[in-house]
Amino acid sequence: MAVLKQEQKINLTTKKQHPRLRSMKDFYRKLKRNKAALVGGYLILFLTIVSLIGPYFLSNGINDVDYTARLQPPSAEYWLGTDQHGRDIFSRIIYGGQITLIVGFLSVALGGIVGVAIGIASGYYGGKIDTVIMRLMDILLAFPGILLALAIVSILGPDIVNVIYAVAIYSIPSFARIARGSTLSVKKLEYIDAVRGIGAGDFRILVRHVLPNVISPLIVQATLSIATAILTASGLSFLGLGAQPPSPEWGAMLNDGRGYMHDAGHIALFPGLAIVIAVLAFNLFGDGIRDALDPKSK
Amino acid sequence: MDHDSILKINDLKTYFKIDDQKVVKAVDGVSFEVPKGKTLGIVGESGSGKSITALSILQLLDEPGEIVGGEILFNGDNLIEKSIPEMRKIRGNQISMIFQEPMTSLNPVHTIGNQISETIDIHQKLSRTESKKKTIELLELVGIPSPEKRIKQYPFELSGGMRQRVMIAIALASNPELLIADEPTTALDVTIQAQILELIKDLQDQLGMSVMLITHDLGVVAETCDYVAVMYAGKVVEYSDVETLFEDPKHPYTVGLLNSLPRHDIKQEELTPIDGMVPSPFEMPVGCRFAPRCPHATDLCREKLPSLWELNKDQEVRCWIYTEEWDGDQEVKVSDSLNLA
Repeated sequence: MAVLKQEQKINLTTKKQHPRLRSMKDFYRKLKRNKAALVGGYLILFLTIVSLIGPYFLSNGINDVDYTARLQPPSAEYWLGTDQHGRDIFSRIIYGGQITLIVGFLSVALGGIVGVAIGIASGYYGGKIDTVIMRLMDILLAFPGILLALAIVSILGPDIVNVIYAVAIYSIPSFARIARGSTLSVKKLEYIDAVRGIGAGDFRILVRHVLPNVISPLIVQATLSIATAILTASGLSFLGLGAQPPSPEWGAMLNDGRGYMHDAGHIALFPGLAIVIAVLAFNLFGDGIRDALDPKSK
Repeated sequence: MDHDSILKINDLKTYFKIDDQKVVKAVDGVSFEVPKGKTLGIVGESGSGKSITALSILQLLDEPGEIVGGEILFNGDNLIEKSIPEMRKIRGNQISMIFQEPMTSLNPVHTIGNQISETIDIHQKLSRTESKKKTIELLELVGIPSPEKRIKQYPFELSGGMRQRVMIAIALASNPELLIADEPTTALDVTIQAQILELIKDLQDQLGMSVMLITHDLGVVAETCDYVAVMYAGKVVEYSDVETLFEDPKHPYTVGLLNSLPRHDIKQEELTPIDGMVPSPFEMPVGCRFAPRCPHATDLCREKLPSLWELNKDQEVRCWIYTEEWDGDQEVKVSDSLNLA
């Protein structure tokens, strides 16, 4: 046994690992030590799996109205009780999870792609283009996120798809700023001059050489943005500007239960808890990734 | 000088406009030629405009640097008039450049194989297997052992000398006619320096390309160059073939540079530096830029800027001493002040 251990040790020190693999391993090692991040990560995994395959196992549909079973408290038949129309809250929350995750991922993906493209182009070209773009971003940033999203949805009309656009638009400036800042430091490096020196065009330089070197702070930003996106989307639906009834979106459900807080608090409580758990999961995980990607942390 | 030149630079001016009043004339009327198949060394201290000249040729200047005058004739074509896409086709294809810092000139996120084949992909239409084959050949050419394994490695896994070899492989990927090497050995230790210079020399003989070698090391010049341009404060002060430069230097600055080198053939207690400092780019002397530090300077030197005189077929010098107008000691011989064995 001892011999085996020694061998392993030697292997660890002499065997050269693929650097990408090594940095990935290093990343996992740091992430695993951060308990809060692990909890966040597992929660995200759990939420994703449940909302993806959960609906196949549910006996109660999301819009099965049963007026004989209105405002029921949690029971063996209705795990989380029923609402004012006798719909099963548990089924609705699980379906609602799909909507929440799709809105979160899609809006951040959309906003992230546009924001990063704007940011690296702005940082790389500099000059007047940079000034104009970044002042525009400052204007967008000056609005509180929810207010901007509210304004955009009011223009586009209340609909869950428009919520995705609204959240995407307001996450653009933060991505653009981070991407621009990192690009400014990367573009001064000699290897960028060297690729210009071999005749590479701007597109190739930006995509192949700048982007991979600025990606890690953006991954952190994306994870944390998903949390904000979920919260904003629920908020808009709560206000009646997002998902429309009878959609089981969590924010909309919260709004449904608002009138019955005294008689049947569970109608509002459970969707609210679901939002808290989802937002918390992405925040914890995002913080964990940030610490793990930070080369200064051990 | 009438050589068959691959590159001919006439009166090149590259200025950096700091604000409306302040302009740094980093390269101010530089002219020289790179003869076909030969090596031209460009020597000068930091801030003399060597690197800016090189970057001007490839038009890789960063803001606020700008070429404001002169011509850069490459095979007779003026590169300054080329459009951006036309310049892109020239970079890395007909003219390649090696940078000073091999440690930071390679992108840390790509394998060296990918970085070499990138140049091939940009300029040649080759299939993936052909491109990989060429990459391995290039690594063999620059003397990197077991290239099949190396192409999968990342820059951090290679030593400085190895990385500089990779940079050379990248530069050679499209068989350039001219290789610009900007202090290729400055960041390397002495034994590796010699290997890299040897490699460049061998490759030049093998591939028949011309080389423009920028350095501040006269030892490197003596070893590798055929011709030398000595730069001082944004101007060429002396241009000659390498033997003449070391045997019979004409410009007082060149003599000063040679005297400040350690020598093994004479007994030296201490080195002889050039007195004074390089002039600030904001307060250039009106006359000869070297006049404030020159032991022979007269009023003429301090008031009027000399031009680059052609002394003979192989030597040009920017100094009043060699003109009719010289008002100082008629018998002065600059090379007499050279420490001789």
